[in-house]
Amino acid sequence: MLEVDIALRRGDFHLEARFSSGAPIVALFGRSGSGKTTIVEAIAGLVRPRSGRIAVGGRTLYDSARGIDLAPEARRVGCVFQDALLFPHLSVRANLAYGERLTPRAERFVDRERVIALLGLAALLERRPRTLSGGEKQRVAIGRTLLASPQLLLLDEPLAALDAARKAEILGYIELLRDELRLPMVYVSHAIEEVTRLADHLVLVSDGRTIAEGEVAELLSRTELQPHTGRFEAGAVIEARVARHDERYGLTTLAFEGGQLVVANLDALPGEPVRARIRSRDVALALDRPGAASFQNVLEASVESVGGAFGAIVDVHLRVGATPLVARITRESAERLGLARGVKVYALVKAIAIDRRSVGYA
Amino acid sequence: MLSAQELGIVLLSLKVALAAVAASLPVGIAVAWLLARRDFPGKTLLDAIVHLPLVLPPVVVGYLLLVAFGRGGALGSALASIGIVFAFRWTGAALAAAVMSFPLLVRAIRLSMEAVDPRLEAAGRTLGARPWRVFATLTLPLAWPGVVTGALLAFARSLGEFGATITFVANIPGETQTLPLAIYSYTQVPGADFDAMRLSILSILLSLAALAVSEWLVRRHAGGSLDA
Repeated sequence: MLEVDIALRRGDFHLEARFSSGAPIVALFGRSGSGKTTIVEAIAGLVRPRSGRIAVGGRTLYDSARGIDLAPEARRVGCVFQDALLFPHLSVRANLAYGERLTPRAERFVDRERVIALLGLAALLERRPRTLSGGEKQRVAIGRTLLASPQLLLLDEPLAALDAARKAEILGYIELLRDELRLPMVYVSHAIEEVTRLADHLVLVSDGRTIAEGEVAELLSRTELQPHTGRFEAGAVIEARVARHDERYGLTTLAFEGGQLVVANLDALPGEPVRARIRSRDVALALDRPGAASFQNVLEASVESVGGAFGAIVDVHLRVGATPLVARITRESAERLGLARGVKVYALVKAIAIDRRSVGYA
Repeated sequence: MLSAQELGIVLLSLKVALAAVAASLPVGIAVAWLLARRDFPGKTLLDAIVHLPLVLPPVVVGYLLLVAFGRGGALGSALASIGIVFAFRWTGAALAAAVMSFPLLVRAIRLSMEAVDPRLEAAGRTLGARPWRVFATLTLPLAWPGVVTGALLAFARSLGEFGATITFVANIPGETQTLPLAIYSYTQVPGADFDAMRLSILSILLSLAALAVSEWLVRRHAGGSLDA
C-alpha cells in the first residue's frame, strides 16, 4: 500500500499530490513538467515536502505532523532514473554490488544470480558503463536498484531515452519483474501505451496536482479527462485472457467480459491474462451486423453516452457487456445513425488495429 | 653533481613542500566539498578567506603567522606547551607554504567536485549509502583528477614559497633555508652568481618533474575508469 499526501514548493512551482493505492504498479501519468518527477523525488526522500505524509506498506517515510522524515538511505525505496545514472568509475559488477553491500544480510530478499539471469547481465559484468548501450545501461540500473532489496521501486521515465526496440525489451523485463518479484512499483511516464501495458492504477498529474486516480481502463474512458490523457490517443483498455491461437493465420483470440477479440501476431500462452488497448479512432459503429466485411471483430454493444455536441468529431461511449469501449466518429455519422443512450449497435474493430504495442501481459 | 650543501637544501625543500601538501590536503578537500556542495551562512566569507593568501602580499601572511604562531603568539605558546613549535623551525616553513598554496589546492578540487553530477550522489543515497559513504565512494573518486591537480599545484607553489617563509621563520641554513631562500642568499653575496644559477636550474628541474608526475597520475586514472 502506497499513500502519498504532500504539498511542496520549489521556486514558483507548487505541487499538491494526493493518492493511495495497493495495486502492484501505480502509474503517474502527465505531461513533461507536470510534477511527476518531483512526486517521485519526494517519495525517495530527495526533496522535502513542506507538509504532508508518505507511507509505504504501513511504514511512514515522511510525516510533517509527527516530525518524521527518513533520510533517503533509510527509506528502502529504489529509484531507476531516465538516464540510468550508473557510477562511471565502477564496473557493472561493482555498480550492481553498490546497494547490495549496504543492505543488511537479513533484509536481502533479492538474489544476485537471479537478477543477473532475469535481466541478462552475465555478459556485461566486467564492462564499464561508458561502453554500454542505452538499453544495457537501463538494465544494469534496474538490477542495481533491485539488489538493494527495496520495498518500493520507483521508475522515473525509464524508457524515455531509448529507441522503440529497446523500449519493448525493457518493458518486457519490467513485466517480468512485476510477476517474478512481486515488488510494488511506481511507474512515471508521459507515454500512454507504456502506462496501459504495465499499470493497474493510474494517477493523472497536471500542473503540479494529482487531478484523478483510479483503474487504468476506467480513467482512460472518461471524456472529461481527455485533455490530460490525450485526445488523439484516447481509447479504452480491455482486460482479457488468451483463449486460443490460430497458428495457420497467426491470429489470437482474447476472451473478455462481454465478448471476444481477435488480434494478430501475439506471443502469449492460452490462459495468460493480457490487456489490450483499443484506440477510439479504430472503432467503427453499425446499426446492423455487417454482411461480408473484413472486420475480424464485431462486438455487440450498447451506447452509454454521446459526447460533445460541437465540432466535427464525437466520442461515443459504449458498453460491451461490462467492458467500456469508446468509438470516435464524425458527428454527422452519430446523427445519421441516431445514436443515443441505450441504442444497440455493433462495434467494428479491425484485428490489425490492435498491434503488439498495445497489448501487454497483465 | 650536487654538493652536500645543495643536496641538503633540495631535501629540505622537498620535505617542507611534502609536509605542507600532506597537512593541507585533507583540510583542502573538506573546504572544497563545503564550497562545492553546501549552502550555509558565511559561505562567501569562507570563500574569501580561502582566497586571501592569493591576493595578500606574502609578507603580510608571514607577519600574521609570526604574530599568531610565534613564540609570544597566542596559538604559538599554546601549541608549544604540547610540544608543537613552528617558530624558526622547518615546520614553520611548511605551515607558511601550506597557507600560501591553500587557495590553489581548494580551487582545483572544488572545480572538479562541482563537475560531479549531484544526481549520481542522489542515486547513491537511494541505494542505501549515508552522506559520508557517498562522499568517499562517489564524489571523491570522481573528483580525483582535480585532487591530483590541486595537490601538485600546491606542491609546486610550496617549493617556490619565499616571502611568507622568510618573514615567519627567517632564513636559517639547514632548518628553514629552502631553495628560494638559498638562491636569495647567494644573490646577496658578491661572486656567488654561479651557485645561484645552479640552484635555479635545480628548481626548474624539480618543478618539471612534479608536473610530469601529476600528468601521469591523471592520465592513468582517466584511462582506467572515467568517462572520456
